[in-house]
Amino acid sequence: MPEVTTDDDAGDGIQIDMISAERMEGMRTMEKIRLILDGVHDDNIVILEDGLDPDEESKLIERTMSEINPDGFTGIEIETYPGSDGGDGGFLGRLMGSDDPSKLTVIGPANRIETLHKDETLISTLVTRR
Amino acid sequence: MGLLTDLRSSISRATSSLFAGTEPKRIGIYGPPNAGKTTLANRIARDWTGDAVGPESHVPHETRRARRKENVEIKRNGKSVTIDVVDTPGVTTKVDYKEFLEHDIEEDDAVRRSREATEGVAEAMHWLREDVDGVIYVLDSTEDPFTQVNTMLVGIIESQDLPVLIFANKIDLEEASVQRVSNAFPQHETVPLSALEGDNMDEVYDKIAEHFG
Ligand SMILES: Nc1nc2c(ncn2[C@@H]2O[C@H](COP(=O)(O)OP(=O)(O)OP(=O)(O)O)[C@@H](O)[C@H]2O)c(=O)[nH]1
Ligand SMILES: [Mg+2]
Repeated sequence: MPEVTTDDDAGDGIQIDMISAERMEGMRTMEKIRLILDGVHDDNIVILEDGLDPDEESKLIERTMSEINPDGFTGIEIETYPGSDGGDGGFLGRLMGSDDPSKLTVIGPANRIETLHKDETLISTLVTRR
Repeated sequence: MGLLTDLRSSISRATSSLFAGTEPKRIGIYGPPNAGKTTLANRIARDWTGDAVGPESHVPHETRRARRKENVEIKRNGKSVTIDVVDTPGVTTKVDYKEFLEHDIEEDDAVRRSREATEGVAEAMHWLREDVDGVIYVLDSTEDPFTQVNTMLVGIIESQDLPVLIFANKIDLEEASVQRVSNAFPQHETVPLSALEGDNMDEVYDKIAEHFG
C-alpha cells in the first residue's frame, strides 16, 4: 500500500494518514504508538496497513488512557479488519493464509469517529466534522 | 480494606504458602465496563471467605482500581484450590467524563472519576502483562460480544499464554444469549452464569478449579 496523506487546508476537512507496513516495520513499539496518537491528537484518521501485535495493542490502550484529559481528548476508537471473530481470520484471512497476522487497522479520535457497522467483509465508519 | 484485615490476610497468606509450598494463583477478572466483574468477585469472595471485594454499580467505571481478595480457598470434590481474585476496572479505549453527568454526578466528581477510571484501565493493562496467572473474562450476555475491545483483550490474553475462561454473565435477563458469546470465542470455554442471582455457580467453581487449580 502506498503511503497517502490527504492534507486539508480548509481546516474543516478530515485528514487520513495511511501508514504502510514498510514504514512501521523498523519502528519500536513506542514509536508506533506515538505516530498513531500524534495523528489522532491532530484529529486525523490513522489507517495502518499492518496492525499492531497484542503487546503493542495493550500498550496503546495504556498510553491512550494516560493521555485522556477533560478538556478535549476522550480516547480512541479502533477497528481491525479482518477481525479475529470466529477465529479463522475471516474472508481476507483465509485468502491470505489464516496464520498471516496482518490486519488493516483504523484508529481515530473517539469523539469524532463512530463505527456504524462491522462484519467480516466491511467496516463502515462515520466521521463527524468538528 | 483496613490495616488489620490487610495484616490478617498477609499472615494467613504467609502461613498458607508456607504449608502449601506454592503461592496462590492470581486470577484477574477482566472484561468491559458494567459486565458484572465486581458482582462476580464479590460473590466468589462471599461464598468462600465471607466478605466482599468492592462496590457494584450500574454506573460504568465503578471500579477504578484493581482490588484483590487474597487466599480464596475453593473446595471442589475433596480437593481445594487457593486463588487470589483480582477485580479490575472495565477496559475501554475511551473515557468521556461527560458520560458520568448523565448518571447525576456533579461535574467535579465526574472529572475526578474519569481520571481515576483512565488510571485504573492503564493499571489493569499493566497487570495483565505482568501480574496475573489466569483470566476470567466476563461479558454481559445481553450485549454484542463482537466488539473491538473484547477481540483485542482476548488476543492480548492469548498472547500471554494465560489460561482463560469466558463467563457469559446476566443469564437471568431475557435478552441474554450464551450462544452468541460462545460463537464469538469458540477457542475458549464459555461458562454461563448470573453473578447477581447466583445461577450456575456450581459449574463456575468446578471450572475455576479445573482451569486454575
Ligand atoms: N441482571 C443482572 N445484573 C447483573 C448481573 N451481574 C451484575 N449485574 C448488574 O450489572 C451492573 C454492573 O455490575 P458491576 O459488578 O458493578 O460491573 P463491573 O463489571 O464491575 O463494572 P465496572 O467496575 O464499572 O467495570 C450492576 O447494576 C449489577 O447489579 C447479573 O448476573 N444479572
Ligand atoms: Mg467493577
